[in-house]
Amino acid sequence: MVIKMINKKYDNIVEKHKPTETRSKNALVAFLIGGVVGLIGEGLIQLYCCLWHVSRTVSSVYMIITLIFLAALFTALGFFDKWVNFARCGLLIPITGFSHSMMSAALEYKKEGPIYGIGSNAFKLAGSVIVYGVVSAWTFGVIRLLIGGSLL
Amino acid sequence: MTFKYDKVYLNDTYTVVGPYENKGPLGKYFDSNYEDLYCDADSWEQAEVKLLEESMKKVLRKNKKTKEDIDLVISGDLLNQVTSSCYATSKLERPFLGVYSACASNVEGLIIASNFINSGLVKRCICGTSSHNMSSEKQFRNPTEYGAPKPSTATFTATGGASAILSNEKSVIRVESATIGKIIDYNQKDALNMGAVMAGAAADTLKTHLEDLKRKEDYYDLIVTGDLGLYGKEILKEYAMKEYKINLSSNYNDCGVMLYDLKEQKEVLAGGSGPVCSALVTYGFILSEMKKKNLKKVLIIATGALFSPTMLYQKENILSIAHAISLEAI
Repeated sequence: MVIKMINKKYDNIVEKHKPTETRSKNALVAFLIGGVVGLIGEGLIQLYCCLWHVSRTVSSVYMIITLIFLAALFTALGFFDKWVNFARCGLLIPITGFSHSMMSAALEYKKEGPIYGIGSNAFKLAGSVIVYGVVSAWTFGVIRLLIGGSLL
Repeated sequence: MTFKYDKVYLNDTYTVVGPYENKGPLGKYFDSNYEDLYCDADSWEQAEVKLLEESMKKVLRKNKKTKEDIDLVISGDLLNQVTSSCYATSKLERPFLGVYSACASNVEGLIIASNFINSGLVKRCICGTSSHNMSSEKQFRNPTEYGAPKPSTATFTATGGASAILSNEKSVIRVESATIGKIIDYNQKDALNMGAVMAGAAADTLKTHLEDLKRKEDYYDLIVTGDLGLYGKEILKEYAMKEYKINLSSNYNDCGVMLYDLKEQKEVLAGGSGPVCSALVTYGFILSEMKKKNLKKVLIIATGALFSPTMLYQKENILSIAHAISLEAI
């Protein structure tokens, strides 16, 4: 009982000295930067459509590859972490964040070699995204099969 | 548990730091520095080993001693299996004790050395410690290139190596007393607010130390905590006052806050941390002030968050500990 009381008192002091994070500013920055990333993506789709006369679906794939490549390259060149630190979810939620998480982990464990280092650590952060991406794809696929009677 | 010593002296120290610490307000107090975080090594871990090894070798040279003069080496750091300490000490070929109390490891080492020396079992010890911003990020958090956003309560692990020679040979700094702290669990779970995790431990050790020696807080010219940071410092002040009626005011500061310029160096957020943080401020700034007689009695309370990512993911609390050591200028 005594310990609980001290904890409560201590918790109150901790809460009192916790600075308020500027959530609205973070959200606005993420919204704007995320929007710009979306805009670049759309621009690339249109560009590839016109340039190579491919369908929008094929062009989208090229766009994703481009963004993944650029994020990985910028991470390797060492400045993407600073962008992420500023833009936060604006760069972490789009496909750029996925690429960045893999590349940064791969770079970090380069010294431990290709197998025990890069190979086993590249998905350190992205692993959860892959696992739950597959799980949710399966779940929604089943729901769609049960409700719509077809997977397509 | 508090000990008083009558024949333990701090003979010499050596500090080597990374670029951020050198740019900070205490930059001029450190013995040497590296411009680059890699410190001419191949990886973050090897850079940390190099910093610690260098501080150990150079403190010997500074004190005009050879490794044969050293009876015992005690060292601690943050990396798993106290890696940096083991690798850095290996070439000294002297008896070695690796210690761990997270960021309070250095003071733990100093206390063990002082007890050995005061009992007469050991004549001369090297106490070392190190931490590296990037090797800690890699081990405890995310890959260093990930640059995950952090709240302003997060602290910045200091980069550097620091070593001291303690012996029974008289010098201008005396180790006067020390208190070994208890493990404290105040139900804290925020790994990005370590100040809040550790402030409770600092308050407990401070209270024990003052009670055991029947002293008041104004007995000391300066009381410093290890790495509570900007917000942890305020938590300790308020908690110590409310719970134990200890008034920490003008003679109190925190090494994490002192090590960097919090206004200019925005990347350090709430301040410095890591075992080397309190060691750098003590061996660099505080000892220099003590030698100039600006400070006579100083109490250093190193604070450590005994943080295990595994236990935190298993929904356990983050434990903390604080050890105190009192230095006196003579």
